[in-house]
Amino acid sequence: MDFEDTVEEAAFRTQVRAWIDANAPKHLEEELKRASFGSNGVVSEDPIAAGKAWQKKKAEAGWACLHWPKEYGGAARTPIERVIWGQEEGAYAALTGVFTIGHGMCGPTVMSWASEEHKRKLLPPLASGEHIWCQLFSEPASGSDLAGLRTRAVKADDGSGDWIVNGQKIWTSGAQYSDWGLLITRTNPDVPKHKGLTMFFLDMKSPGVEVRPIKQVNGQSSFNEVYFTDVRIPDSQRLGDVGQGWEVSLTTLMNERLSIGSGMSTGFPELFRFCMDAEIDGRPAVEDSAVRSRLAQIAVRQSGLKYTGMRAISALSKGETPGPENSIGKLVAGATMQDLSMFALDLQGEAGVIWDEDSPQQGRFQAMLMRSPATRIEGGSDEILRNIIGERVLGLPGDIRVDKDVPFKDIPTSGRKKK
Amino acid sequence: MNLDFSDEQKQLRDQIRRFLGEKCPSSAVRAVLEGPESYDKGLYRGLAEMGVLGAAIPEEFGGSGLTHLELCVVAEELGRALAPVPVSSSIYLAAEFLIQAGTPRQKALWLPRLAAGGSIGTFAMSEGQGRTTPARISARVEGGKLTGVKFPVADGDVADLAVVAARDEQGRLSLYLVELAAAGVRREALESIDPTRGQARLVFDRAPAELLGTKGDGWHIASQVLDRAAVLMAFEQLGGADRALEMARDYALERMAFGRPIGSFQAIKHILADMYVSATLARSNCYYGAWALVSGAAELPVAAATARVSATTAFQHCAKNNIQVHGGMGFTWAFDCHLFYRRSNALALALGSQSTWESLLIERMSAGNAETAA
Ligand SMILES: Cc1cc2nc3c(=O)[nH]c(=O)nc-3n(C[C@H](O)[C@H](O)[C@H](O)COP(=O)(O)OP(=O)(O)OC[C@H]3O[C@@H](n4cnc5c(N)ncnc54)[C@H](O)[C@@H]3O)c2cc1C
Ligand SMILES: Cc1cc2nc3c(=O)[nH]c(=O)nc-3n(C[C@H](O)[C@H](O)[C@H](O)COP(=O)(O)OP(=O)(O)OC[C@H]3O[C@@H](n4cnc5c(N)ncnc54)[C@H](O)[C@@H]3O)c2cc1C
Repeated sequence: MDFEDTVEEAAFRTQVRAWIDANAPKHLEEELKRASFGSNGVVSEDPIAAGKAWQKKKAEAGWACLHWPKEYGGAARTPIERVIWGQEEGAYAALTGVFTIGHGMCGPTVMSWASEEHKRKLLPPLASGEHIWCQLFSEPASGSDLAGLRTRAVKADDGSGDWIVNGQKIWTSGAQYSDWGLLITRTNPDVPKHKGLTMFFLDMKSPGVEVRPIKQVNGQSSFNEVYFTDVRIPDSQRLGDVGQGWEVSLTTLMNERLSIGSGMSTGFPELFRFCMDAEIDGRPAVEDSAVRSRLAQIAVRQSGLKYTGMRAISALSKGETPGPENSIGKLVAGATMQDLSMFALDLQGEAGVIWDEDSPQQGRFQAMLMRSPATRIEGGSDEILRNIIGERVLGLPGDIRVDKDVPFKDIPTSGRKKK
Repeated sequence: MNLDFSDEQKQLRDQIRRFLGEKCPSSAVRAVLEGPESYDKGLYRGLAEMGVLGAAIPEEFGGSGLTHLELCVVAEELGRALAPVPVSSSIYLAAEFLIQAGTPRQKALWLPRLAAGGSIGTFAMSEGQGRTTPARISARVEGGKLTGVKFPVADGDVADLAVVAARDEQGRLSLYLVELAAAGVRREALESIDPTRGQARLVFDRAPAELLGTKGDGWHIASQVLDRAAVLMAFEQLGGADRALEMARDYALERMAFGRPIGSFQAIKHILADMYVSATLARSNCYYGAWALVSGAAELPVAAATARVSATTAFQHCAKNNIQVHGGMGFTWAFDCHLFYRRSNALALALGSQSTWESLLIERMSAGNAETAA
């Protein structure tokens, strides 16, 4: 039981710390610390350009996508070195949030499934921050039930071998500024739903791709609708075989849940600071026993997540694969953030309804209130995560399903109920 | 970084689990629940013979000279098995008080006996209803004689020695060692929500009492020892939470209703997933507490309260939902669900209630800084 680095880890950490200290955009540090929900906090310059600049600098010095092979723009470092880098990067990591989907999900999928030629062409500019990628999976009729998607890809009848895509994606984060997209389509509606899917990557500037921002609950528009009208994709941009799209998508989804040691923050330190400052009957709120009980319950959830992450890192450090305990991260963090924000507003009294620059901590808790519902949905809803824990971790039987072994076209959907 | 037990400690865990599997099946727990004895003497002797009671007691005082990490491993297994033995009173508390504050003579007199299981110790602080605070302690020592009433005292019905919190002649809160067989001590066994562990009222009327530690230092020493005991108790609670989750999972796989295993209903699956979440958070917090306990970290008070609050939450959550998943069977005497439900609620109150620990955690964080838990 210790939190010490091994000798090699300590040496690596020193090296990382020195480089970050000498190279990080320190003029942005204050803004980054104020990063709230759905933005990296940078306002004094273009936030995306600032992210690209930091990523480029890291890439030039060999600190981009540490665990990727060198020939694809990475640094061939071990998983634990990647974790150490993340710990040291600290607040600056928020700068490169626009690459999370590309580096965390699309990149690994391309690495597992694309041709050597494509990997060498696509991955280095993704690693260096030149290109941004988005994930074109969810559709109006298929979110949790991803395999129910309807965007169609059919072979062009001109003998070119190209595919022609028509349909619509939705909730696509970052589509408005992405260069490439990872696109899952239906190529055969006559077979059961998981069997008729095919994965592609495509240039987001392709003719027939139209991106329309969606205004969110919190007023921002980080996600979009993406429409495809006769979009032509060369067959060489197919990932995996025709009909193998579900298997390919699992690579993406597994990676989505594999962000080890990231120890999702629930905003507890900020809440605690607020409770030290706020008053109840002229005394610090933190001295009130009801406040203490609520705070303590949030504190132990935060700390439980932190040390769960450290247990996963311990396994990595010993060269082992972390256990399933990491699957609880987003489930706990999402619900905790939502509770926490409501509690912080409650302590503000009637003024908690006001959301402006004068609100405590520049309106951090109001922003959290308005962003936290999304955390409980994106990347697998709370209910889907509970199913995964129940079935994959505890070994409980799956639900009885009405959509298995039925041709896709015969499955009832919201718009096509069974008579 | 290594937030985990060593391979040797994991072997110790397997060894103890096998031992308890044999010597402490639920029938042994029920024998205490329904019988006249307030603990399982044979089991306690067996634990002493294995050297686990003395795991964290120095070798010079008859212990095995291992560390508190081994004791954490033991505690988790005792919790899983709901072992009906006075280990928490005698080892986490009495022995720890002696190690922390005893004179060489006091240690030499008592620690070997506690390690060998021949004597049982306990800690007597509470004087009845309500949260225990220094102001509420009125037991008093004058001229080396203790007068006052303590209840509830865990294992007070069978203990040979009690560490008692009482006021000295000047009214300062101090600690005293009291032999319970002495004249001037009367004990009454009390009924409780968990008869698998003894509870008693101790009535002292000019009973001989010997100072432990410095006068006036009683609350300070007690807080330190309670923090250490809280980590160990948290491991017992963690063991109980895990076992209750496993029972519920196994039943959900086996029990059929509406033509399918009840574990395939999301209502049940999601209850079980939430049980897993709370047990996992508790495990991680317990490891943090164990680290602070053995490393002598300055943040032990925060780590101990964190482990304690998290483990209490998890054990209560898992034990009550274990009954829920079992349906009507869960409410029968014959099924073991109630044994976990009883223990989870009894342990939630031992060493101070949940709201007391919640309050302590936040008080300690505000004294230091919130970053320790962030
Ligand atoms: C901020 C944000 C960003 C996103 N970014 C992207 C992106 O970049 N790319 C992308 O492809 N997608 C993205 N998504 C979409 C996201 O993955 C889906 O919203 C999510 O998978 C849920 O799908 P849905 O919205 O269709 O809800 P539905 O699947 O319709 O779910 C509705 C409700 O039913 C419940 N439910 C559904 N199925 C089950 C079941 N089997 N058992 C129990 N309950 C069930 C759900 O939990 C939910 O509560 C984003 C979403 C958000 C909120
Ligand atoms: C104190 C007491 C008094 C009783 N008195 C009577 C009486 O007078 N007469 C009488 O006939 N019965 C009586 N019962 C029986 C009672 O009605 C049943 O216990 C109850 O219906 C649950 O059935 P079960 O015990 O078989 O549990 P199960 O049906 O096996 O349920 C086990 C668990 O699975 C869950 N579960 C089961 N099916 C589903 C589903 N479809 N979806 C989601 N979850 C599900 C349950 O909620 C429960 O958590 C009594 C029970 C108790 C505890």
